[in-house]
Amino acid sequence: MEAQKYVWEGAIPLQIHLNESEVTTLLLLLPALILAPRIGYLPLLIPLIKPHFAATLPPGVDTVWFDYKGLPLKWYIPTGVLFDLLCAEPERPWNLTVHFRGYPNNLLIPCEGEDSVKWSFINSLKEADYIISGNCKNVMHMSQFDQLELWHSVMNGNLEAYLRTSSKLKFGIVEDEYTLKIDLCSQKSRKTTGEVGMGGQMKTGKCFTLHDALKSLMPEFLVDKSLIDEESFRLEGEDEQVILSEDLSSNRMAAEGREISCQSVESTCTSGAAEIKLVRIQGIEPKLEIPFSWVVNNLKNPEHFLHICVCLKFPQVNSLDR
Amino acid sequence: MDVSSWDGTLSLNEFSLAAQAFEEKWKISNSASPPWLWVNAPIRPFVASQKVDGFLSMENICLLRPSEDNGAEVSRLEEEKTSLSEKEEAIDDATLVHSNHHEVHYYDFHIVYSASYRVPVLYFRGYDSDGLPLQLNEIEKDLPACSAKVLLESKWTFITQEEHPYFNRPWYKLHPCGTSEWMKLLFLDEAVLAESKVAIELHLVSWFSVVGQVIGLRVPIEMVNGRIN
Repeated sequence: MEAQKYVWEGAIPLQIHLNESEVTTLLLLLPALILAPRIGYLPLLIPLIKPHFAATLPPGVDTVWFDYKGLPLKWYIPTGVLFDLLCAEPERPWNLTVHFRGYPNNLLIPCEGEDSVKWSFINSLKEADYIISGNCKNVMHMSQFDQLELWHSVMNGNLEAYLRTSSKLKFGIVEDEYTLKIDLCSQKSRKTTGEVGMGGQMKTGKCFTLHDALKSLMPEFLVDKSLIDEESFRLEGEDEQVILSEDLSSNRMAAEGREISCQSVESTCTSGAAEIKLVRIQGIEPKLEIPFSWVVNNLKNPEHFLHICVCLKFPQVNSLDR
Repeated sequence: MDVSSWDGTLSLNEFSLAAQAFEEKWKISNSASPPWLWVNAPIRPFVASQKVDGFLSMENICLLRPSEDNGAEVSRLEEEKTSLSEKEEAIDDATLVHSNHHEVHYYDFHIVYSASYRVPVLYFRGYDSDGLPLQLNEIEKDLPACSAKVLLESKWTFITQEEHPYFNRPWYKLHPCGTSEWMKLLFLDEAVLAESKVAIELHLVSWFSVVGQVIGLRVPIEMVNGRIN
């Protein structure tokens, strides 16, 4: 339970600059400083950001969007995931630019404020439900009131309310040999689940680990168990798309009904094998030997997806003037 | 695939087979219409190598707006470039009179496999004659009346806007969460379909017979009748 609490309390300090072309005042405009919850979404911060810039905005209808170094940000991805994905070297505060006009409709799905985010959340929850139980009934049969309560608990970062409401979903937690051993241990010795989980005390041979999960998703990139610690080298995507990262199709672990959404940094592959340089989940770089069920149960996002950010390292291309 | 205990879903491999069969049957029984084409999925180097991955595509389809005075849809399929208009059905005079005032909208349709829902999903996007993308309220006018009504009632869950799984651009899609349920119903009484191969080949035909109606694309009766032979 501890770990989930830390995750829900996690936040990214943002420094939000107004897009230059929308600044209509000659006065020096300071950026807005906002603490953004990891498990939240950027459009939900607009009510906090807008007053800061309201005086300088031109009259008209607002269509708010954000960019990081020119890359329009997908608003339906949790803030923490965006940060983990785009800042291999965590930037604090994270400098983003906000736009109130000129929404790039050809690149970004339109966002009509809180409603859009809520429905995106509910639809993701339905998708998770479908993968876990083969239909969307758990979510569809939730009363309007409960759905709203669930959404509000996410908006407000209220873990208690979330756990209370989501128990009505009957998703349950992922169970395997690891979690069963924990139950036995805690009954005998009254240790907390968290303590037993983190160390290398469990026999990793039998448990399905994070490494095993990654291997099934990206087998070509996990040749070695150890991460090679050489000078890393990230290729920028060549194509004209400015949207960040490819979204790997969610991989269904049929036996245990786990859910993974795997995203990696956009890059073009030249020749030679690429390798995983780092794996980041909720801002943490977990040891790959950790039992996967622990990772899922504690680090998943409220819509029941586990977002794994992977940074790939490509071998340097030999220069031609040798 | 045992049809009696079938859950209404199919695997990626089965989808590829079904797509092939659908493509062929469409060509045979619907020669007046532009064909569906199989497109291989663009290769992404960092994704675990998958088996055959791709989707069916039918693009630049011209849909005329249905005329106001009848409930049944009058939209018809035409390939944009052919000057000969081969009509699927007779057009009544009332439509012809109004046709000068109707804007022409063009649509791209993709049938893509959803790994999460394990069913085919229809993705689409529309443009006006200037090539500008259509918003949902404009697309709504091209839909058959009953679809427009459902759209009104389930604004966020019927037609959703999402990134195309391969092209990273916003497309519209028909939300797939109910698909497996009604696919099960479609095959429920078909004792003749106990043979799984036949069932797979007809999967997309059956699927499209339902989905197509939502957006006003008709499946010619020959495609459906063919299976009884």
